[in-house]
This record gives sequence, structure tokens and C-alpha cells, in this order.
Amino acid sequence: MKILVPIAQVPDTTAKISFTDNNTKFNATGVQFIINPYDEWYALVRALELKEAGLAQKVSVIHVGLADADATIRKALALGADDSFRIDTDPADAYVVAQQLAQFIKNNPYELILMGKETISYNSGVAAGILAGLLDYPYIANASKLDINGNTAVAHQDIEGGYQVVECALPVVISANKGMAEQRIPNMKGIMAARTKPLQVIPAYPVNIITKYEQFELAPGRSACKFIDPNNVEELVHLLHTEAKVI
Amino acid sequence: MSVLVFADASNNGKVKKASFEATYFASQIAQQTGGKCVVLSLKADDDSKQKLAHAGAQKIINITNDIPAISDVSVAAKMLLKYAQTEGIKDVVLPNDSQGKAVASYLAGLLNTGIAPAVTSLVSINGSTYVFKRNVFSGKAYAQISISSDKKIITLLPNSLQIQWNVQNTAEIKDITENDNYTPRVIVKSVEKTTTGGNVPLPEAEIVVSGGRGLKGPENWGIIEDLAKALGAATACSRPVADAHWRPHHEHVGQTGTTIRPYLYIAIGISGAIQHLAGVSGSKTIVVINTDKEAPFFKAADYGIVGDAFEVVPKLTEAIKKFKASQQ
Repeated sequence: MKILVPIAQVPDTTAKISFTDNNTKFNATGVQFIINPYDEWYALVRALELKEAGLAQKVSVIHVGLADADATIRKALALGADDSFRIDTDPADAYVVAQQLAQFIKNNPYELILMGKETISYNSGVAAGILAGLLDYPYIANASKLDINGNTAVAHQDIEGGYQVVECALPVVISANKGMAEQRIPNMKGIMAARTKPLQVIPAYPVNIITKYEQFELAPGRSACKFIDPNNVEELVHLLHTEAKVI
Repeated sequence: MSVLVFADASNNGKVKKASFEATYFASQIAQQTGGKCVVLSLKADDDSKQKLAHAGAQKIINITNDIPAISDVSVAAKMLLKYAQTEGIKDVVLPNDSQGKAVASYLAGLLNTGIAPAVTSLVSINGSTYVFKRNVFSGKAYAQISISSDKKIITLLPNSLQIQWNVQNTAEIKDITENDNYTPRVIVKSVEKTTTGGNVPLPEAEIVVSGGRGLKGPENWGIIEDLAKALGAATACSRPVADAHWRPHHEHVGQTGTTIRPYLYIAIGISGAIQHLAGVSGSKTIVVINTDKEAPFFKAADYGIVGDAFEVVPKLTEAIKKFKASQQ
């Protein structure tokens, strides 16, 4: 079995968010970019674990984006991915990303496509589902546990209030939730090896952009916190009822 | 343009709150574009069908037989596609819960089109371009997203709007048997419930009580659960708590866990790291209880109590119970 892990590039979790061009573009100046945590910590690490357990022969990573992401892709190689691809286009929206991935997979079949449930930047959480729909592959969303049993994927699919244990024959698209694996740090050997692992740049397929971000604004801050005496919790209940009107 | 909503009630006949919200939202879009709000429901009971009408549905197509839509989202997407085509509808709205988001994105793939995901409100409709508001960067910013494809898929973030129920509304209701055979490829072997605190699913919960490292250990979660029960709230936790396996991962709220926006978020023993705040900043009101008056969470809170959770929380639970009793 071969596993393909699509990775997105996102601002670091502690990055200060700001916008330029009259609040129409994300301001990338001075921002450090990382592999989207859901893609790296859960999807990629679980893919590597499956390979280490002898259940997969190869783990490839793929990124839809421009050349500035090559360092991010090298980090995925340092963690242990065997080879990598970059489809050379701006990842304008989830549809564009899913279409590029679908075209690639049609020409380069993989039995398991494993990616994060959403990016921590635009939080759309729909690229995996669109990809599955375009390929007409079965789709398991929000998996917090994944095992491979012969030709079958066995997963815990998180749903509201719990999870369901599901089974599906390969090939399948699976989106990874927290819990599927634990974050790893690349070691020196991995970092050295990553330098010579393949990173193949592929020209983009022509795709229409469907959605566009027109305008951004920062979330407004809250007014000053009202402190309440710990011996007078009745006051808090009163304020929640009469002032905040939430109970 | 008419708008189609999918409401899966096959679990117990009850349509979920998030689906009523999607129905109300779809009726607003339909009104602006001169169309009808049509709901495709699965095994909805009579009460739910009436409430769908009160939320704005003008036509309800209710499938009465078992369809494996919960287990395999591609089955739900294919069925939804069929009814969108037979009804001649191009705009589809689903709730942005776990099933809704998966079905909507799969449907977008089948239709070879895009999606406006997790929107919170409608900004404008100008010809075939719809503009919505949504949260980005895990709640640190808002954005306006436009979608201009011929066919539009939209998901609505739960708890984003207040439904204006109209009890005068009636809908044309068709109960039908779906005869197409849908063979699920994803098979559900078992369903495990992990919800505590009154059985409220976290992303839909109007009130959330959340605990952090300040609780000192999983054996102390009783005070969190008692308060949640008194409030009819869902329980949640911070990342270190989930990573230490004190609580299940799905209770983790924050940038790399679940993003929530309840009306009331009560954070107990959570310092308020930037990644945690990102996941809860959409909450209408935030209450923070912490022994450390320098905890950064107080800067993001509306109400704060500096005090020992083990003393304050049980007192607060009693005060809530007293208040609830006085309201009856």
C-alpha cells in the first residue's frame, strides 16, 4: 500500500495575524510558516507509523503551492516521508487544492489519502471531502484513530458526542483529527536525509477559482474583565442572567 | 432561486438544532432570491417536520425508509444530489457539524464546484455572487468570502444565528420511500458515546464548562461535570489536559482541537494560552475562574473570579441550581 499525505502551509500558531492591501490580503511579512498541525502531527505521523509497522510500502507528501513552501515540504521529508511533490500554483481555495490533488491522484494512484481535518489558517475543513467527491472515493472524516487490516481501513470517526468505529475497503480518503498520532520532532539524520530526497515540481492543472476572500478584519477585543468576589458567586449568576443574558 | 437543506433525523426522528438553523438561514437566502426553502429530511417525526416549517421550510421531502447516510457521507451526498436535480435547485445549505460538513464537501466534489464553508451570516447577494461572513485564523479574524459558481454549496456554523420561529408558517410535506439502492462503502461497526454533562454535543452546545491543568487531575472532574449538569452545558478541556489523557481528545477546544462559539464559556483552571483563546474567542460571554490573577485568560474574559476552583466551583453550582429553581 502507498500513502499520500497532502500538506498545507500555515502561519505558526503563535503568529500575529494582520492584513494588507486595504485588508484584502493576509500580511505574510515576518510570519513564520509551518506544516499545518493536523496534516503533520496526526496524518503524516500516522502514515509513517503504518509504514514502520510494515503496513505501507511508501509515504509520499504533496503540497499545492508556490516555491516558498519548499522548506516546509523538506520538513515533512525530514520527519520520514519518502518523496514529495509540489503542484506549482497558488492554493487559492479548498476547491483549487482538491482539484489539483484529484488530477494528480488520477495519474498516480494511492490506496490511502490521509490529510488533516482542516487548516488552522482558513479553517475550512472541506478539501478532503471535495477531493473524495471528485474521485468518487469513500470518505472518512475526522478520524482520531486509524488502523489498516489487509485491504481495509478501520477508523474511529469522531462525531458529536462520541465516535463511531467504521470500516472501509481501500482506496479511501481520510481526514485526521487530534488523537490519531503524537507529534514528532525530526532528528538530525532525518534532516540530513531530507536534503537528497526527491521533491518533484509539477505544473498546475487549469482550474477555476470558485470562492474568494474579499475582506478581512481582526476580531474585536473584549471590554475589561469584571472581577467578582469569590465569596459572592451569586453576583456572577445575577450578572450572567441580567447583564450578559446567557442563562 | 430555491435553496435545498439536508436534515438527517434518522438517529431518533428528531431534527437537530443545527439543521433548524440551516433551514432558517436557507429561507433567508431563498427569500432574497425569490425562491423556496426546500428541506430533504431523513426519518423526521411529525413534531420535527412542523418545527422545520416554523423555521422557514416551505416544502419538506421526508424520506421514511432507512438510508445509510450517517455511516457513509457519500451516500447522503449522492441522494442530496439526486433531489437537487429533480427539484431543479442549485443552492444547497447544510449545518457545519461533523456530518453536514462532510456531506457538503463531498457534494461539492460530485458537482465539481466549490463551497462556502462554516459561514456565520449572509452579507449580500448580487446576481449570482453571494457574500458571506466567516471566521478565519481560528477566530482571530473575520473574513468576507464570495462564491460565484453556478451551483453553490454553503455550510452554516452552529450557534451563529437566532432563529425567528414563525408558528404561522406551514409547509407542503411529502413523505416518500426512497427506492434507489445506496450501497454504503463505509460501514459503521459500533457507536461509542463519550459525552458527559447532560449529553450535549460540544460544537452545538450553548453553554460550555471547560477545565484545565488547574484541576490537578482527572479524578477532580466531578466539579466540572456537576456545574455543567446544573447549566445543561457540555464539558470541554484545554490541550494539556487532553494530551495527558485526563479527558478524551474530542473535548479539547483550541486552535488544534475543536473551535466553539457558545453563548457562555466558563474556563476553570485554564491559563489562556493564545492557541486556546483562538478556539473559544467566538464565545458570546466568557467567564474565567483561576487562582492566578495574572493569568492571561482574564484579559479575554468578560467576568473573572480569582479564587480556588475547588472552593468556588461547587458554590457556583449551588448558586446556579438555586437560580434555576427560582426561574421555574
